[in-house]
Amino acid sequence: MKVEELDIAEKIGNVKDILTEVQKKRGILIHAFQGIQKEYNYLPEDVLKALSKKLDIPLVEVYSTATFYKHFYFKPRGKNIVCVCTGTACHVRGSDKVLEKIEESFGIKEGETTPDLSLTLETVGCVGCCGLAPVITVNEEVVGDLSPKRVNEIITRVKGSK
Amino acid sequence: MEKLKDIEALKNLRKRIKEETFKPDVPRIRICSGTACTASGTPKVVSAIEEEAGKKGLNLEIVKTGCQGFCQKGPILKVEPQEIFYQKVKPEHAKWLLTYTVIGGMPYRQGLYRENILSEPVPEMTDVPFYKKQLRIALRNNGLIDPHNIYHYIAVGGYSAFEKALSSMTPDQVLNEIDKANLRGRGGAGFPAGKKWKHTKNAPGKIKFVIANGDEGDPGAFMDRSVMEGDPHSLFEGMLLCAHAIGAQYGLIYVRHEYPLAVKNLGIAIKQAEELGLLGKNILGSGLNFTLDIREGAGAFVCGESTALIASLEGERGFPRPRPPRLSEPGGGAWGYPTNLNNIETYACVPQIIEKGADWFRSIGTENSPGTKVFALTGKVVNTGLVEVPMGITLREIIYDIGGGIMGGKKFKAVQTGGPSGGCIPEHLLDTPVDFDTLPKVGSMMGSGGMVVMDEDNCMVDVAKYFLSFCQSESCGKCPPCRIGTYQMLQILDKITSGKGEDGDIERLVEIGEMIKKTALCGLGNSAPNPVLTTIKYFRDEYEEHIHDKYCRAKACSGLGVFSIDHEQCFLCGLCKQACAFDAVKETSRSFFIDQDYCTKCKACYLACPIGAVKIEKQKRKGVSVSE
Repeated sequence: MKVEELDIAEKIGNVKDILTEVQKKRGILIHAFQGIQKEYNYLPEDVLKALSKKLDIPLVEVYSTATFYKHFYFKPRGKNIVCVCTGTACHVRGSDKVLEKIEESFGIKEGETTPDLSLTLETVGCVGCCGLAPVITVNEEVVGDLSPKRVNEIITRVKGSK
Repeated sequence: MEKLKDIEALKNLRKRIKEETFKPDVPRIRICSGTACTASGTPKVVSAIEEEAGKKGLNLEIVKTGCQGFCQKGPILKVEPQEIFYQKVKPEHAKWLLTYTVIGGMPYRQGLYRENILSEPVPEMTDVPFYKKQLRIALRNNGLIDPHNIYHYIAVGGYSAFEKALSSMTPDQVLNEIDKANLRGRGGAGFPAGKKWKHTKNAPGKIKFVIANGDEGDPGAFMDRSVMEGDPHSLFEGMLLCAHAIGAQYGLIYVRHEYPLAVKNLGIAIKQAEELGLLGKNILGSGLNFTLDIREGAGAFVCGESTALIASLEGERGFPRPRPPRLSEPGGGAWGYPTNLNNIETYACVPQIIEKGADWFRSIGTENSPGTKVFALTGKVVNTGLVEVPMGITLREIIYDIGGGIMGGKKFKAVQTGGPSGGCIPEHLLDTPVDFDTLPKVGSMMGSGGMVVMDEDNCMVDVAKYFLSFCQSESCGKCPPCRIGTYQMLQILDKITSGKGEDGDIERLVEIGEMIKKTALCGLGNSAPNPVLTTIKYFRDEYEEHIHDKYCRAKACSGLGVFSIDHEQCFLCGLCKQACAFDAVKETSRSFFIDQDYCTKCKACYLACPIGAVKIEKQKRKGVSVSE
């Protein structure tokens, strides 16, 4: 959803009859974030600025609300999201090497996204699959028992699915 | 769909659909299409069955129902009229299911439920131990109807309670019935719904809200999801009855963003109900106006708290605020209008109470907690899934009779009820009846109904740390007791589980915990220390073992104990040496041993050993230590 297309009355639904303009604009804020994130994959600064103008809500309040919820991101996210587990079990089994390897082959550090937006690399405390350490998650799928060979396979797979 | 003009039209419609749907002479398969079964392959099974039925030219009805509860054995299905229950169905079973059961009327043995390999298979659903002790009120239609089809709901008697209320009961009578039934809030606190309704009804102002709380954030609880996904109309009917009773015009359903299927099914159901005229202006010609909207959350656990939920609905940060004003009072609810907020499961119970009467409802369960409760049974039990049981059933019955006991024949250690902010109940209290009043007495709570079973391999300190770290990371940060207190407790627990615990740590935990309980702003903060406090109460020896002996009896925490290799068991595979990142495993010509000076107690060797020859033992005390 683009900000220009945002229809306040439609988004707020049936309760529109009893709310003031200010309440309506405020009430659809989270809805609007969700729509924007669906469109852009994250909440871009200029779009939030436009949204702030459209809804007459100060930018600082827009950010204050958006940052409260875990579901919203403020940096572009890749098409693929790879999460390397750095929990204790994975750490001792060489998750740092796995991380290094992925960082090297994509030229990004953890927490960053490749310029072509094919991949976001993140780390996580523990995914609870310590028996399979070292573990990474590729989008929703958990991949465990990583050997250098399997890491290479995943890198090729992610690179191939741009 | 034609709009129903009055109650008579609804009655006629039901009469007509009853004849048309679920005809007794048509063979029927009711297959679970809940989130879990869909993930384990329902869509493939359905298309395989459809294809086979096409080949055989069978007139077969396939009903894609909501969650039937036995998620672990999914995909599950039931064949009618033989009433035969199949579990773990695969697409290749389709052919045999049709040949044996649908055509031949016989059970197909390979697909039936068995308790274990040696026991006789159980063909009928009601005989399966998992379902035997269950009594379904809130989940009555899950597994029976297709949530995408409002006619199914009407055919099984849906909206007849609403019909009864409109035609023969005044709003006050509806309210009194709920009050008399003593229906208590299923979201956790157990506040009587009737009282809440009364408060809202008596609040001044013409505009009122009815809100359903579907922000089910507890890890491991999914009963609200299964109602929203599998039987959305019973939620609507409950909300309609509430609106009728208290005179509300607007309804909102707050759903977690993580439940896309629930959002989709609710949307479809609202549209169908609007088309039939069961939602909207002048419903069934009675003059009642009621509309429903869906609001999605955005991933904040605290938004399950009532005041935070309202803030989130209004587009603010999801901060709780002090009460009063309560939600039911002017200025307290959504946009300041008096609001009645109940849990999804609570609303789902309402239609049955109005239909069958308060006395019927009170005859189930216990004196002070009538009715049933849905639990999400998970953890180290044999059968995991969603169970609905009468209140007052003991924990032992749930875990051993329905859950089938502990996995792998291990020993039971504790059961955690009430989600991340509930408490852990030890074995000697297993005969505690489960209801709203008894659980708090043993330090736990009903909560939303999560039930995590733990065996001897779970370290209680580690479990407490896990739950506390959840609450800590979900703390909204508004009030210091919760924001700072939970963080400090977590630091202490971290210290204990990594072998750096000191004298006085347990007392400090209790002190901070009690302080948070007394001073935190909202219910989530108040209950955040519960897992730690109850584990200290019932499993203090484990805490002391961690602190004084530097030993974890469940061998779950790293950094504790003394590692050694049992030379009699060891067959010199060398995996431990490979696993060790610190070169602590040394090799001699005939054995491996662990160099204690290098060992960081990371447990890599312990996990690597295929036969369990790496042992973790208590540190031997050298003479009398200084502290003694």
